[in-house]
Amino acid sequence: MTQETAIEIRDLVVEYGNRRILNSIDLDIPLGQISVIMGGSGAGKSTLLRSMLGLKKPTSGAIRMLGTDICTASPGQLQEFRKQMGVAFQGGALFTSMTVGENIQLPLRQHTRLDENTIQIMTRIKLDMVNMLPHEHLMPSELSGGMTKRAALARAIIMDPKLLFFDEPSAGLDPITSAELDELIIKLKQSMNMTIVVVTHELESVFKIADRIAILGDGGLILAGTPEEIRASDDPRVVGLLNRTPRQVNVDVDQHLRRLSGLQEASDKK
Amino acid sequence: MKTVESLGSSLLASLEQTGRTFLLLLIIAYRIVQPPYNLYPIVRQIYFIGARSLGVIVISGVTIGMVLGLQFYNTLERFGSVDILGSAVALSVLRELGPVMTALMVVGRAGSAICAELGIMRISEQVDALECMAINPDKFLVAPKLLAGIISVPLLTCVFSVVAIFGGYFVGVVLFGVSEGSYLNGMIDAVVWSDVRLGLVKSLIFGLLVTLICCSKGFYIHLTKSGSLGAEGVSYVTTDAVVISSIAVLFSDFLIGAIL
Ligand SMILES: Nc1ncnc2c1ncn2[C@@H]1O[C@H](COP(=O)(O)OP(=O)(O)OP(=O)(O)O)[C@@H](O)[C@H]1O
Ligand SMILES: [Mg+2]
Repeated sequence: MTQETAIEIRDLVVEYGNRRILNSIDLDIPLGQISVIMGGSGAGKSTLLRSMLGLKKPTSGAIRMLGTDICTASPGQLQEFRKQMGVAFQGGALFTSMTVGENIQLPLRQHTRLDENTIQIMTRIKLDMVNMLPHEHLMPSELSGGMTKRAALARAIIMDPKLLFFDEPSAGLDPITSAELDELIIKLKQSMNMTIVVVTHELESVFKIADRIAILGDGGLILAGTPEEIRASDDPRVVGLLNRTPRQVNVDVDQHLRRLSGLQEASDKK
Repeated sequence: MKTVESLGSSLLASLEQTGRTFLLLLIIAYRIVQPPYNLYPIVRQIYFIGARSLGVIVISGVTIGMVLGLQFYNTLERFGSVDILGSAVALSVLRELGPVMTALMVVGRAGSAICAELGIMRISEQVDALECMAINPDKFLVAPKLLAGIISVPLLTCVFSVVAIFGGYFVGVVLFGVSEGSYLNGMIDAVVWSDVRLGLVKSLIFGLLVTLICCSKGFYIHLTKSGSLGAEGVSYVTTDAVVISSIAVLFSDFLIGAIL
């Protein structure tokens, strides 16, 4: 069975300064499914996401999203393309000078000519979807961590995007709220046929929501596949991530001691 | 060797920032002429930069006027020419002190707040979020502040100048008994349109400079070393913005005075 792909990543290299974070990534995100990106802290998950959003220019490689190559697209094309996508950032990134309701309405007010009544109704529908209806008039500073994430999700889906990106939806949430968010993500896929990319650490929710899983590590893609394929993998790094075993790193004892005592840095600098 | 190196790199960094700041001005100028046009955010920023600064402008205006009245009265009395007190106060306020003091007060009152606001929005990914919503952050965030600065600072300067002349009047006429006629008529005779125009041109340029520098410092925080320092970084760039825009005001005051 061939699936249509929403996002095609080819030979992607991303660097900060001259530190290479992602090395030659090839990844396909299928249309209308939930893809989960996993990996240890600092593996480059957020960096990969930022490249897909067009916020971080890759050093080389191509990212084609719904037919647009966003690495070579003009600012105007990128802007048009972005009207079809929604993003919920790791920290929420709600506008602190606006209420929750105003935050969620902003894309509607900027990009559509709907009348005030329709805007209010649409806002409430999305707020209701994330169980935030009673909090419409609060300021972002008055929200808890979980409420912030839910409000950010409501803002991300207000324009009914074709593509939804969600960075760490359940980090720091209680199990019930995070289970509710998982349900919501699945509902969005089923009812609105969205293509959803989720970055997460939570194993439980990964296997609940994912149609596809990609695991990042050591500056590259370790493995991408269906949840069954990931479970069946015998790559020690994948097994380690799934079983939460601490990394076994072979260290040169001498060098490690020198690094701890600061001597290594001195000789690195030379 | 190390000092030369760090001197060179900080020189390069400041050149780069100056370039970015002027580039920002060009970008904004280009964005402003493109639709959609939205007046409400500009009005909101005028309220913030302009209306909310009125109190401090009135207080400092009266104070400066009174200080000038006192100083000029003491000096002029020695030469027996207190008649020209009104014109002395008016000219120095309209040509120099009005625009400069207003701009400096706006730097402290609104410029620092603008810079910190934009810096925080940048490091908390709010600017990225705007971009991802296909909303242009230059136009949405920076343009209204810049326009409001260009509109508010000249208006505030007018208020400052009027109350400062009144402060001088209070000291000269009410306290020291200079005749009201000579204070007011001397002023009307001495002040010509070009004095008022000079003040207005200055305040326009100061308004632009101050808001542009403060916006650019905060908005581009992620491109500097302070970008990775979180809240501390914001405090660094805000201090920088206040210092640099104050110096820019004083230096351009000299330049404009020399040219016009
Ligand atoms: N703005 C930046 N400048 C320089 N290096 C950066 C920057 N952002 C991230 N990095 C580096 O890139 C690497 C990957 O970071 P990234 O944020 O993508 O990790 P992550 O997988 O999202 O981790 P986490 O799970 O902790 O969020 C890290 O080593 C980090 O030090
Ligand atoms: Mg991350």
